[in-house]
Amino acid sequence: MAGDVILKTVGLTKHYGGLHALVEADFELRKGEHVAIMGDNGAGKSTFVRQITGVDQRTSGSIIFDDKEVRFRGPLDARDAGIETVYQNLALADDLDVPSNLFLGREKILVNLGPFSILDFRGMRQATDAALKRTAVKIPNLSNTIRNMSGGQRQCVAIARTATFPSKLIIMDEPTAALGVQETKQVENIIRQLKTNGEPLILISHNMRQVFDLADRIVVFRRGRIVANLEKSKTHGEEVVAYITGAKSAPKANGPGADLP
Amino acid sequence: MTTVTASDEAPRIRRRGSWPAELNAALGLLVLCVLFEVLGWIFVKQSFLLNPLRLSIMITQVAVVGILAVGVTQVIIAGGIDLSGGSIIGATSMIAMSFAQSSVFPRAIFAAQGWVDLPIWIPLAIGMAVALACGLINGWLIAYIKIPPFIATLGMMVTARGIALWYTEGKPISFPTESFKAVGDGLMPVWIFLAVAVMFWLLLRFTLYGKRTYAIGSNEAAARMAGINVERHLMLVYTIAALLAGLAGLVLTARSQTAQALFGTTNELDAIAMAVIGGVSLSGGRGSIIGTAIGVLIFGVIFSGFIFLSVSAYYQNMVKGAIIVGAVALDQWRQKRQAMEIL
Repeated sequence: MAGDVILKTVGLTKHYGGLHALVEADFELRKGEHVAIMGDNGAGKSTFVRQITGVDQRTSGSIIFDDKEVRFRGPLDARDAGIETVYQNLALADDLDVPSNLFLGREKILVNLGPFSILDFRGMRQATDAALKRTAVKIPNLSNTIRNMSGGQRQCVAIARTATFPSKLIIMDEPTAALGVQETKQVENIIRQLKTNGEPLILISHNMRQVFDLADRIVVFRRGRIVANLEKSKTHGEEVVAYITGAKSAPKANGPGADLP
Repeated sequence: MTTVTASDEAPRIRRRGSWPAELNAALGLLVLCVLFEVLGWIFVKQSFLLNPLRLSIMITQVAVVGILAVGVTQVIIAGGIDLSGGSIIGATSMIAMSFAQSSVFPRAIFAAQGWVDLPIWIPLAIGMAVALACGLINGWLIAYIKIPPFIATLGMMVTARGIALWYTEGKPISFPTESFKAVGDGLMPVWIFLAVAVMFWLLLRFTLYGKRTYAIGSNEAAARMAGINVERHLMLVYTIAALLAGLAGLVLTARSQTAQALFGTTNELDAIAMAVIGGVSLSGGRGSIIGTAIGVLIFGVIFSGFIFLSVSAYYQNMVKGAIIVGAVALDQWRQKRQAMEIL
């Protein structure tokens, strides 16, 4: 069973001063599995992701990724280990073109001269084409800057970034929160493509329809604790809402979060 | 495999949106040249442009501030600002010159120590060391102590000017060695400016240094999340800006054959204005050395055009001011139109 699990957290806890943003989170993600994380604002979803991606340092607990206990010192560590993240605010540089954004922080180098290294523009462009093909995204003009793109195109670029580098886990933090109906559909198609490719995904979303459409399993956060861990086939929207609002607390949810009132 | 075309629903973006800001500046330069040419034939009965001497004086006049402007440009692209350049010119000038004096002058500052007629690399190295120290302090305050660039470099502006004045209690330093004079001789300042401009155009356009400068100026948080060491990069950007200010100070001193504590006063503002006229966005992330070089030329043309037409220098500043504001207003309008096209 151990070889089947890509990510596991045990008792993951984060305190910001006196604020207990995340308490004893036990979580497991199998290879090829798409798990949705739901919960109200401030329930600890983003905090949970920030611990995994190395943006924040955890207070206690442990993270086992790809069968190794890990402690990322920064987002680059997590990326090097194979965790790619699409952030809520996209984290794109508006004035750069598509290849520059895909390779931001990991530029291909032609001649190594330290900070003054000469960039391999052709190589980055070719890799960009390949990544867009893998995610089935078409961007009409790669040398266009992000500033000149629509919200959907920006989101596609952010997602294509995850496909540029070999990854073992993709995390998306509300990837469609700011998008229209059509653009949301595009992003959802990309996520289905990832499922077909067998790439594991953690999806944070507020959209119940989307979660039931895309995820295999739904994990609900409430007040910094994991309160439910539900197979999609064995639950329904009303039950999930009940967990999110606290109307129902779960005897079957794993971890100490379950004994919340 | 389903194919998603992101452009399907997005409205077509017209090519007009990618009209570069540098082109506006170049058009402005052209208009100014034609204007002075026509006015020249009407009022002075001679050509403004077809005069090699005037052109060389024109470029030499702005070359020193031009070197400063290249440094400021990369700071502004990185999303910052540098107000300390003019004062670093002053401090570099005074301290370097005190080590570049000739034995012809018996009351040289370090005559007693015998530090006269020193080989040229000594004053140059000392000058650059002064600039390096200023730049490292700027960069450290901004990148690591998180003092806003405006405040940190304002502090350095006042401090460096203080050092320049304190050094000889405001007295000028003169009588440089022949070898030191050569640094600012004839068209030397122009060649140095061109070399600096080309080098930094290449750096910003083709290297990691440039890519990260634009990325940080464009979205610092995104650059950080992408794993770029923003602090170290900003440290480098501000240090390089100060080194270019130091170089400008050395060239100015050699050209003037004297050092004065007030050298470079308000040059930092001219340098910022040159960059802005050339299309460098004060909000960071956009602009180029080509744009700044055009901005430098626009200043040169205004400067010699007014002398050419024997118009009072007072009008010159009024026109310069109007052009700075006009250039930014034009850029704002352009950006707004561009944003409308996307929506």
